[in-house]
Amino acid sequence: MNRVAPIVQNADVGVGSIVLWGVLPYVVLAVVVGGTVWRYRYDQFGWTTRSSQLYESRILRIASPLFHFGILAVLAGHIMGLFIPASWTAAVGVTEGMYHFMALSIGTIAGIGTLLGIVLLVWRRRTTGPVFMATTRNDKFMYVMLLAALLTGLATTVISVLDQSVADYRQTVSPWFRSIWIFQPDVAAMTAAGPSFKLHALWAMALFAIWPFTRLVHAFTAPVHYLFRPYIVYRSRGTGSSSHHHSSGHRGWEPVGTQDRAHGSTKVSTRRKGAGRR
Amino acid sequence: MRVMAQVAMVMALDKCIGCHTCSVTCKQAWTNRAGTEYVWFNNVETRPGQGYPRRYEDQEKWKGGWELNRRGNLKLKAGGRWAKLFGLFASPVQPELNDYYEPWTYDYENLITAPAGTDFPVARPKSLITGEDMKIEWSANWDDNLGGAPQLGHLDPVVEKVRRESEDKIKFEFEQTFAFYLPRICEHCLNPSCMASCPSGAIYKRAEDGIVLVDQDRCRGWRQCITGCPYKKMYYNHKSGKAEKCTFCYPRIEVGIPTVCAETCVGRLRYIGIVLYDADRVSEAAATPDEQDLYAAQLDIMLDPHDPEVVAAARAEGIPEDWLDAARRSPVHILAKELRVALPLHPEYRTMPMVWYVPPLSPVVDLLKDQGHDGEDASTLFGAIDALRIPVEYLAELFTAGDTGTIREVLGKLAAMRSYMRDIALGEDPDEGIAEAVGMTGAEIRKMYRLMAIAKYEERYVIPSAHLEDAHNLEEIGCSLDVDGGPGMGQTGVFGEASGRPMPVAMENFNALQARQRGEDPTGNEDLTGRVNLLNWDGRGNPQGLFPPDSGPGNGTT
Repeated sequence: MNRVAPIVQNADVGVGSIVLWGVLPYVVLAVVVGGTVWRYRYDQFGWTTRSSQLYESRILRIASPLFHFGILAVLAGHIMGLFIPASWTAAVGVTEGMYHFMALSIGTIAGIGTLLGIVLLVWRRRTTGPVFMATTRNDKFMYVMLLAALLTGLATTVISVLDQSVADYRQTVSPWFRSIWIFQPDVAAMTAAGPSFKLHALWAMALFAIWPFTRLVHAFTAPVHYLFRPYIVYRSRGTGSSSHHHSSGHRGWEPVGTQDRAHGSTKVSTRRKGAGRR
Repeated sequence: MRVMAQVAMVMALDKCIGCHTCSVTCKQAWTNRAGTEYVWFNNVETRPGQGYPRRYEDQEKWKGGWELNRRGNLKLKAGGRWAKLFGLFASPVQPELNDYYEPWTYDYENLITAPAGTDFPVARPKSLITGEDMKIEWSANWDDNLGGAPQLGHLDPVVEKVRRESEDKIKFEFEQTFAFYLPRICEHCLNPSCMASCPSGAIYKRAEDGIVLVDQDRCRGWRQCITGCPYKKMYYNHKSGKAEKCTFCYPRIEVGIPTVCAETCVGRLRYIGIVLYDADRVSEAAATPDEQDLYAAQLDIMLDPHDPEVVAAARAEGIPEDWLDAARRSPVHILAKELRVALPLHPEYRTMPMVWYVPPLSPVVDLLKDQGHDGEDASTLFGAIDALRIPVEYLAELFTAGDTGTIREVLGKLAAMRSYMRDIALGEDPDEGIAEAVGMTGAEIRKMYRLMAIAKYEERYVIPSAHLEDAHNLEEIGCSLDVDGGPGMGQTGVFGEASGRPMPVAMENFNALQARQRGEDPTGNEDLTGRVNLLNWDGRGNPQGLFPPDSGPGNGTT
């Protein structure tokens, strides 16, 4: 049990560390919660997966499940690693060695699957004409952030395998992460983590901060309730929609037309106008 | 018994001339937007033909609708709830754009801006999806009027099936067989599989009128409904990322006017009315073991609005009196349930569709005429219906899950109507034997004739308006509008045209038009207060204020 006590009790904690690991998480949390609530209230119409399967299905059929199932496995791994203290796994007889072997092997497979999936998806997005045309600036920014978060995460795994001197994240990152939720941020623990972990954590926070404002929000409405709802839905005409109607009445209406690719003529580009909203 | 009301439609296919007016007006009204270029809520298919999207009836491929599991319970053909959730990331059997068609426009600008040269400038087709030059290879009705049938006709899934079942004995010579048009909209099913497929629960059936709609705010673009609908009448708006579908023109239905497709139908083949049904027995009926019994099961859950027990139950459910009255006069109820000449499209999908079709007799009549027979003689017609296997079997695959007996009965009734009414038209005594031969009475045949051949506007469309006072509390503003004709006489509010509370736009225009068209003054000037609402101007007369005062002498009093 001694091994799992915080090993960094008396580390030197500077102002920079306090800002990064003591203040920033709460700023990000506020942005995620506030942003999600705001978007849920005011942009139900924009809240969608914006699937591009209608345009292209051959690559998507492989890449999309690869990425999505991969990222779900990665999420499960993060929940295991961050939420469950080492003392709990030790209590059920899982040794450090066993734990890390499992985490590394499963984590690496999931991580590489996810990475392969997203690379294929980005390649498809770039090379399939209609899909690229339907890609907004917001999407491109989101892809950069998502890909970078993934790469930094995979890098931490690789580095911690190659370099045994890197502090175990279960003694540094995990205690800090758990401490955030009880509003007593253990800044010292995170300060002691390796630089790759710090970079990954920062990038993840950036990704979370943009989450409500990108198409990633569709993850927040994963339709688990489908398993429980009745098949046939009756709704009275009078009750209207479940959400607020703040729209102008012209939402979703844009004239037909597309940019002439060959001439580059001045026909109205239909995507410009709504790009920000999506 | 839980009585519910459903707005339903009947299309009499004999009257369809395949002009596509319904498709075009529907498109102008609903899908003339970016993201829905390829979408036709209403389309008209030539049958035999592949339909739109191509081969949508091949459910072995597209997995639409319901099937029965081993225990005899309903199950989505594309898989249960878990299967749907696992298929979320890449919908396994969703049609791609090519299965519909790649929408295009033409580079008309080139016609006027091309520099002088030896070549005549052309308007090249440009894809509305990629903006690139494209070669047009398919569209929503590319095989219109059997175009390309000798090469592509065998790709019609129904042709495939009929051929398979007749063990290839029938050689299709399309030009010698038959063709008819099949206009299709959303079926607004009683047991909709699109709704059951929606992970978000965004698709709903309106409790008041049974219209199936997509809540655009709750749709998250999981696309499962597109697979779920066996008629492929759910569409994905690729710009908004939301599912869209035929709305049965609910803003028009709510104020008592027919859908755009029905209103603009030049053949007057569409009928709209109310049907009462027992909502408690829908699942049971849809789970009828034998596919060929589904039609009877569907008729069975449709309730008789003349039955006092049904009326009492309907009142208990809060269905208003004017709706019950409309249900009694409903052309859909008369054609489908009383006369039994209207049939559901593909009942074997087990969705209990609510757009009904009177199958066409014209292929039979045309063939008889071509062969020099009398196409209106009862015995010739009856004999021909029995002899012409191909049309009957084909129609049976569309409307009765392959039950040719029912098709024969319906065609027999249509044939009987022709012969029976011809005698009357020629001033002879009608032959009651003709009516009896198809199990009808002369009175029933006359009723059918009045509805189908005379087809008065008021009898084709029996649409009770929605009780908007419940939702919008119109009574509240009634005081300022409580004039002759009631709310929305055309002008709103006491302070002139733009005052008062906003009204549903369809209601305002409808009432304004009706008041003027049936009013004394063709210009409707007495209603106008010095301002012109162009929306209400139908081109008649010269309303005050529309044009500047005449500057010439003598006529300057306007």
